[in-house]
Amino acid sequence: MYSYIDVLTIGASVGGFRVGDMLTQLFFFLLLLFLVKKFAWGPVMNMMQKREEYVAGEIESAEKSRLDAEKASKEAAAQLKQTKQEAQKMIEDARMAGTTQQENIIAAARAEAEKIKQDAQADIQNEKEKALQALQDKVASLSVLIASKVIEKEISEQDQEKLINDYIKEAGEEL
Amino acid sequence: MMNLNHTAPIVENVFGISWLDFNLANVLMIAVSSAIVFILSVLASRRLQMKPTGLQNFMEWIVDFVKGIVNDTMDWKTGKMFLPLGLTLITYILVSNLLGVATVGVWGHDLWWKSPTADAGITLTLSAMVVVMTHFYGIKIQGTKHYLKGYVSPVPLMLPFKIIEEFTNTLTLGLRLFGNIYAGEVLLGLLVSLAMSGVLGFLGAAAPMIVWQGFSVFIGAIQAFVFTMLTMVYMSHKVSSDH
Repeated sequence: MYSYIDVLTIGASVGGFRVGDMLTQLFFFLLLLFLVKKFAWGPVMNMMQKREEYVAGEIESAEKSRLDAEKASKEAAAQLKQTKQEAQKMIEDARMAGTTQQENIIAAARAEAEKIKQDAQADIQNEKEKALQALQDKVASLSVLIASKVIEKEISEQDQEKLINDYIKEAGEEL
Repeated sequence: MMNLNHTAPIVENVFGISWLDFNLANVLMIAVSSAIVFILSVLASRRLQMKPTGLQNFMEWIVDFVKGIVNDTMDWKTGKMFLPLGLTLITYILVSNLLGVATVGVWGHDLWWKSPTADAGITLTLSAMVVVMTHFYGIKIQGTKHYLKGYVSPVPLMLPFKIIEEFTNTLTLGLRLFGNIYAGEVLLGLLVSLAMSGVLGFLGAAAPMIVWQGFSVFIGAIQAFVFTMLTMVYMSHKVSSDH
């Protein structure tokens, strides 16, 4: 095939379409396409794909652990609140028990005091009665003596005592 | 190329087949570009780790970049199958473009070392391959009925334009790349021949050459991006259901 390259003043490479060049180019390009796809770009793209998936997975798991953490923290807060309430209740109970005990003690002490007072009063009454009795006896005998001397009238000691007792009783009631 | 009257190492009628011609420089540079892309890609994707370091970061940046191109044109569900195609296109075209900017090699009178993409036949091969792929995946993903319906929607009047469009797409896609890279090499060749002409010529050519080489690197990267971008646009026209 005649090439008109030689008649051109400029350049060596412009010229007719040489089928051999074209076939060579086609063959080499398709071969290159196949080879770089298999040995270079394919692995690179696979790796990028893998990384993309990895990143997506990591984001997902991070999201999941964030949710878990949120849930756990909520649970912990709820538990803490409950514990606080329990503690509050315990303190309340203890306070109440303390108050009750205090009241009990005071009541007991008061009762004791009352009892002691009553005992003391009873003792006093007793002593008083004893004293009165003694006085009565003394007065009776004295009166008998006085009466027998003053009015010279003999009365039996028993009647006299009865008379005196009546007077004493009257006096005691008036007292 | 750099002396402008350099010729290409062309062999004609290989195996006695009258239409089978080779420009051995193209064959060499296609092989070299492919090898560089393959070796760099494989070296950079060794020892892949979940926590990327060094070259793996770079590779992943390229993947993300091309993924962005695909995502701009179609939804990722159908688009992800074209990611290796886009990656191979952008790396191969970028390496091819830069090869001719950074280095140039002449052996005897023949220009051996250049950008393979500075040849219209090669860029058109790439663009034609891409367009054929769009048809293939259009039928595969949408079904033959839907694929054929695309030619007569919204109105049957569109049929001739749609058919012409397929060819113009092929031509513009291939020739845009070729034109940019070839023009870059031509100007670079002129500057080199100016630099070779003498001391004054060398001094005069040095500064513009550095500037032009920098610009060519930029152009090479842009064109690799544009080619990949348009590939995905054409692909989305064929495989997306809203077209």
